[in-house]
Amino acid sequence: MTSMTKEMGSSSIGESKKKIVNSKAAKEPQMVDTKEERESAAASVSLLDKIQLKIKKMTAPSAVQSGEYFGTPGAGDSRLIGVFSTIFFIAIWAIATEGGFIKPIFLPSPVDVVQRLIDITVDGFAGATLVEHLNASLVRIFGAFLLACLIGIPLGITIGCNRVFRGIFDPLIEFYRPLPPLAYLPLIIIWLGIDESSKVTLIFLAMLSPIVLSARSGVTSVRIEQIQVAYSMGATPWQVITQVIARGAMPDIMTGMRIAIGFGWTTLVAAEMVAAERGIGFMVLNASEFLVTDVVIAGIIVIGIIAYCFDLLMRYLESKLIPWKGYN
Amino acid sequence: MNTLKVCEVSVVYPGSEGGESVTALSDVNLTMEQGDLVVALGASGCGKTTLLNLIAGFISPSKGYLTLGNSKVKGYPRVLCGKEIGDEVTGPDADRGVVFQKHALLPWLNVIENTEFGLKLQGVDKKLRRERAAEYLKLVGLEDFHQHKVYQLSGGMQQRVGIARALTNDPKMLLLDEPLGALDALTRESLQELLLDVWRKTNKMMFFITHSVDEALLLATRLVVMSPRPGRITHQFELNFNQQFLDCRDARQVKSSPEFIAMREKVLAIIHGDELAVA
Ligand SMILES: Nc1ncnc2c1ncn2[C@@H]1O[C@H](COP(=O)(O)OP(=O)(O)OP(=O)(O)O)[C@@H](O)[C@H]1O
Ligand SMILES: [Mg+2]
Repeated sequence: MTSMTKEMGSSSIGESKKKIVNSKAAKEPQMVDTKEERESAAASVSLLDKIQLKIKKMTAPSAVQSGEYFGTPGAGDSRLIGVFSTIFFIAIWAIATEGGFIKPIFLPSPVDVVQRLIDITVDGFAGATLVEHLNASLVRIFGAFLLACLIGIPLGITIGCNRVFRGIFDPLIEFYRPLPPLAYLPLIIIWLGIDESSKVTLIFLAMLSPIVLSARSGVTSVRIEQIQVAYSMGATPWQVITQVIARGAMPDIMTGMRIAIGFGWTTLVAAEMVAAERGIGFMVLNASEFLVTDVVIAGIIVIGIIAYCFDLLMRYLESKLIPWKGYN
Repeated sequence: MNTLKVCEVSVVYPGSEGGESVTALSDVNLTMEQGDLVVALGASGCGKTTLLNLIAGFISPSKGYLTLGNSKVKGYPRVLCGKEIGDEVTGPDADRGVVFQKHALLPWLNVIENTEFGLKLQGVDKKLRRERAAEYLKLVGLEDFHQHKVYQLSGGMQQRVGIARALTNDPKMLLLDEPLGALDALTRESLQELLLDVWRKTNKMMFFITHSVDEALLLATRLVVMSPRPGRITHQFELNFNQQFLDCRDARQVKSSPEFIAMREKVLAIIHGDELAVA
């Protein structure tokens, strides 16, 4: 008798929960959930169990939502989990530093870093404010990026489409691509001096090869039928290149651009090691020389946030410009 | 002028690393005149698509030659070079429209932009090409889908956009590789009728590939039966069931006539004979 009422009670709880979640997930995994809930209700619920259940729910495979495909790798929303993991890491950082387990010279606490961030925004560090440093770096990196796109995309497409161009440029690009930018930095300084142009050139070169190579492989990923159909509708080779191949290569090119920006940030610090007076990379290096660890970390965080924002922008552009990616 | 001749053509695909080379076509002869509707029928892998690719100019014969009017048809040596080919040789061109076995729509263009793409390439004024494209989209039953993304259409709808695109371009010759394979019976019949109407009105040459014996018999002025390994044309039949169909507009009546049934039995016997020989 008692067990029956217990079951009825718990199942009605299950029912009401079901209603809330039902709009999101289909029935089958839900059934499993209610079963688990029933079990946990039977064994008087402790806080730990509740947390465990929440985590299980958050990470459990869910049925595909309408408008999605089953089998898409990694389908589903991970943003909430991302927020939790970020908070978790910051918490560990705070505990380790505030608790005195790590000396501030090795790792300052989050509060110190934020404080320092405000300081260098208002008063500056190493002769310029944070905004000025940032501005100098962004002009370099996006100047080089623009240049690399303007030259790299047409070059990559031409290399992909034309065997003469491929013959000329392939050995060149394949030779310099694996070289670390620091290896040819001295040469660039000998040629161009130590002003802006050598920094932009270094970053530009680091970005060029991924963009060229991605545009090139994008050309080969265009379906041959699409090209053939265009020809049999009277297209000229030029029209095929501009209206079919260049468009069809877009998904690969966008990927290449994202990789290139990553390379750009890596190279930025190297470029700013050489007689720069401004720049976020210079600021970090300068701070490390004087063991001002909180500026180092503040700088790293700023770079990370900007790089992440740019990646979000690229993802947004991808969803707007190449919404067909993955279908074809 | 508008005669297509396929003379003693063989096509051998080189085998990839260690694999044997495949003789896809062996000594094929075929002549098509203005107004011919040639249907190719045969088991899977007997070289139908290869023959279509030859006519379109996407590949070159390993032996023999093709002529269209006064010029030789050859595949482009590479994806991108057209200009170096003179007048006496032609690669793929706007006079031969193609509908592929698997649709080849451009996913960055919507339905109507895909349909008008050929006219856009030729520099036709936007208003005019929109009108023409809309006309053919209506004929294939997609008038309500102008702005849809092509990759979100069903397979059959994509195929119909491909047909509308080829028709909008108004080529002298249409090359259709199993264009109606992905369609339901009803849509299929209405598109068979549409293609026949277009064919009669414009007197185009059409080369049509299908797996369906009924479809082949209903559409063809000439039926070409092919057999595999190596791909050959084994039989050719002159037919006129399509005239009967255009007169009475009732596919079932035509298909239930004794001549049609007899012809179907004959063709099926040939195809089954092939299958037995292969097995
Ligand atoms: N690009 C290629 N490389 C090598 N072999 C090929 C190639 N294309 C076709 N073949 C071979 O040539 C033969 C004929 O192929 P084809 O595509 O012309 O057949 P099909 O009659 O169109 O078949 P289906 O009805 O299945 O479409 C097949 O045996 C196939 O394996
Ligand atoms: Mg085929």
